[in-house]
Amino acid sequence: MDDVMLNQFLLLSAILFSTGVYGVLAKKNAILVLMSIELILNAVNINLVAFGAHNGTIVGSVFALFVIAVAAAEVGVGLAIVLLIYRNRRSVDLDDVAQMKG
Amino acid sequence: MFAAETVEAGFFLEHAYLIPLIMAASFGLTLAIGKRLGKHASWIGIASIGACFLFAIVANVQWADYVHDTEHAAEAKSDTDDHGSEDTSDDGHGDEDESNSEDESHGDDEEHSIGPVLPDDVGPTVDGETAAARAPPVEAAAPAVPAAEGEEIEIVPITKTWTWWTNGTVEFEAGMLLDGMAVMMLFVVTLISLLVHIFSTDYVAGDRRYTHYFAFLSLFSASMLGFVMAQNTLQLITMWELVGVCSFALIGHWWEEKPNSDAALKAFLTNRVGDVGLLVGMITLFFAAGQTFDIIEINTLANEGAITHTALVVASCCLIAAVMSKSGQFMLHTWLPDAMAGPTPVSALIHAATMVVAGVFMVARMYGVFWNGLVIGGSSINFLAVVGGVTVLGGAGLAFVQSDIKKVLAYSTISQLGYMVMALGVGAWTAALFHLFTHAFFKAGLFLGAGSVAHSVHSFDMKKDMGGMKQFMPKTYVTFMICTGALIGIFPLAGFWSKDEILAGADQLGSGYSAFMVVGTLGAFMTAAYMTRLIYLTFFGEFRGGHHEADAVVSHGEEDHPVDEDHAADPLDHADHSDHHGEPHESGPRILIPLYILATLAVVAGFTNIPDSGVLSWVPEGLALQFEHLFEPRGGYFPSLSEVGPTGVTFAHPKFDIAIAIGSSLVGFAGIGLAYAWYFKGMGPHGITERSKIAKAGHTFLVEKYYLDHLYTGIIAGGVKGPIAKAVNWFNKKGLDGIVDGAGKSAVVGGKFVYNTLDQKIVDRAVDGSGLAAEGGGQAFRQMQTGKVQQYAAILFIASVVLAGTFIIVI
Repeated sequence: MDDVMLNQFLLLSAILFSTGVYGVLAKKNAILVLMSIELILNAVNINLVAFGAHNGTIVGSVFALFVIAVAAAEVGVGLAIVLLIYRNRRSVDLDDVAQMKG
Repeated sequence: MFAAETVEAGFFLEHAYLIPLIMAASFGLTLAIGKRLGKHASWIGIASIGACFLFAIVANVQWADYVHDTEHAAEAKSDTDDHGSEDTSDDGHGDEDESNSEDESHGDDEEHSIGPVLPDDVGPTVDGETAAARAPPVEAAAPAVPAAEGEEIEIVPITKTWTWWTNGTVEFEAGMLLDGMAVMMLFVVTLISLLVHIFSTDYVAGDRRYTHYFAFLSLFSASMLGFVMAQNTLQLITMWELVGVCSFALIGHWWEEKPNSDAALKAFLTNRVGDVGLLVGMITLFFAAGQTFDIIEINTLANEGAITHTALVVASCCLIAAVMSKSGQFMLHTWLPDAMAGPTPVSALIHAATMVVAGVFMVARMYGVFWNGLVIGGSSINFLAVVGGVTVLGGAGLAFVQSDIKKVLAYSTISQLGYMVMALGVGAWTAALFHLFTHAFFKAGLFLGAGSVAHSVHSFDMKKDMGGMKQFMPKTYVTFMICTGALIGIFPLAGFWSKDEILAGADQLGSGYSAFMVVGTLGAFMTAAYMTRLIYLTFFGEFRGGHHEADAVVSHGEEDHPVDEDHAADPLDHADHSDHHGEPHESGPRILIPLYILATLAVVAGFTNIPDSGVLSWVPEGLALQFEHLFEPRGGYFPSLSEVGPTGVTFAHPKFDIAIAIGSSLVGFAGIGLAYAWYFKGMGPHGITERSKIAKAGHTFLVEKYYLDHLYTGIIAGGVKGPIAKAVNWFNKKGLDGIVDGAGKSAVVGGKFVYNTLDQKIVDRAVDGSGLAAEGGGQAFRQMQTGKVQQYAAILFIASVVLAGTFIIVI
């Protein structure tokens, strides 16, 4: 994979990442925030795979697989928390969940 | 020198360390279960010391075998090695000196000259030429007797060590060093201790601290036995102190009475004075000998000249201080007569076998140090001999004015210990140990005899309560007379041989040392006189005691009623007196049997070292000088084998001199005769102490014990607590208190300044400021904590962007 191809992948990754960050910071719906986190993770995955292909090793791909596995677990836990919050409060609006205030 | 690796020592020699362990176990056992056994508690101690005595006898027999085996092995070896060297004549003297300086291991064929060497001829350095040059006149003066065959054979001591703990390279060990002198002491200590145990069962029967008494007898024996086989100086010091503690406990056995506890304290504290010397001396030796506690190594190094002479002198003088306190040498002897406050068997044990001979034994054990440190062989006078000589006369003089029978014997012991120390000081090592050996028997016999008399009359006062005891106690009388004869040195009792050997030993080195022979002879005269006085006051004349009983008998009207109120002030009252009658009576078998044994030994002990020179040259070789042959150490750690030490003078053995023997005997008989005329016949100027001022002053001087007690308690102790204490107090108030007060006041001023300026203005403000800052910061950061996760995430994100930006820019 040459540098031009790599740049395109990195650009895609950057767009995905920025979208994810925006979603995490700006969306009020907890489900959407979780989905945005997935976007960030996948942006990283693209980076890993792209650099791995660029360097001719499979290390990047292996790392990406690990990240996908961990992300699946993370989403599982996250959705469970969101579900419990919804059951208790009948809402998934993050502004309503402000108990961490000191 | 011959090594004796091939010679096997017997089982009981190899395991002699068990002896003190048995006694220590006996101590623990008596304390633990003695109370339950009641009056049978003594059986633990008696059984233990009896076992130890048998052990010691077998060890002595095995030691004799060991010595003979070593000699045979060495002879066999030398026969094969070099045949022609056996018959060495006097001509070879110069050659031998050369060979000595050449090679020490070549000593197979070197011959000792044991002829006396005139000290005047000894220069600081002895090379072969001067030795050869001075040899002819020496030989002419006294033809050297060729050394006996076994003379050069080294007898390797039996040692065993266990490492206690290690500190760096220094190993602290406990161990056993068994050579002739230690084996001999094992026999003496166990025997005397056994007899004292048996004697005590009658003497202190019914005592309220019966168990305690026997427990400490056991510990006393254990510590002394451990002392004589100490392998290193550390063990020596430990056992030395243990002996001191035990004597303290036993002297103060009846501590309810003030004089007894005072005497115990005095004994202990006087000994502490000397113990300082012991510690300093041993520490000096430890460092001078290259950080070793090993006694053999220290002595060997001293003999080889590897330790500087200065260190040896310092160590010797410090150790002499220890001897002065422990062995009751003059100036520090004052505790010994007071120690008579203890039970009489304890006095016998202290005086014969354990406590006081420890000092003499220590000098004998460290003889390499003393021999080289004091240059005993090469000088004409030395500190050790002077201390001993003064003690001989000083102790004997005081014995004349005592009315307490035990105190006469105590001063006699001091005088006799003076003989031993003097003998060591003039280089007559064997004579000193031989005298220790014989003295142990007859002095124990005398003390136990005095105890037997006192047990009967309930008093130690010869003038008030004794007299005419011969008719009441014939058996005690006979044993007492035999022991007295031995002490005076009447031929052929034990004391004759040992005292004569000391006198001959003082004579052998000539010049200044001859004075000590005169001192010794004068001491023999005084000994004879005061012992005659004691015999007269105790056993002859009218019975002066019993007046209490007589009165009581009249008042009570019945003869066998014990008089308790009179006994109340009597130190012996602690014993059971249920069988006492108004008249003194012979003691029971448990008191008499030890007396018989000791009297027998007082007769025969002297024959262990019969000289075979002079007029006694007909004595067969197998019988003569057995004591010297078996018990004198032969090895590099003893001066006899290292005659080319720094002093360059041969260690010598005295020859039997018929002139000295007859002379000292005549002097002794003169003493007896004079005292006999004075006391028995009432001749001489009696009452001169009332008429003549000079005689009275002399008498008072003696009665006041040379005013030494006044010096110690009045001037030294009183000075410390009187004027010196006042001066110190004044200095304390004016000087030290001023300094303290000033320091306090300036501290207050400084404190105020610090409080007002530093503390209030700077420190407090800093503290307040930090509090305020924390509060303000808290208020500020509190605003950020909204509880909204996304805001946190935003901050996190911004922060990481900033960090990443910084990272990129910096890299």
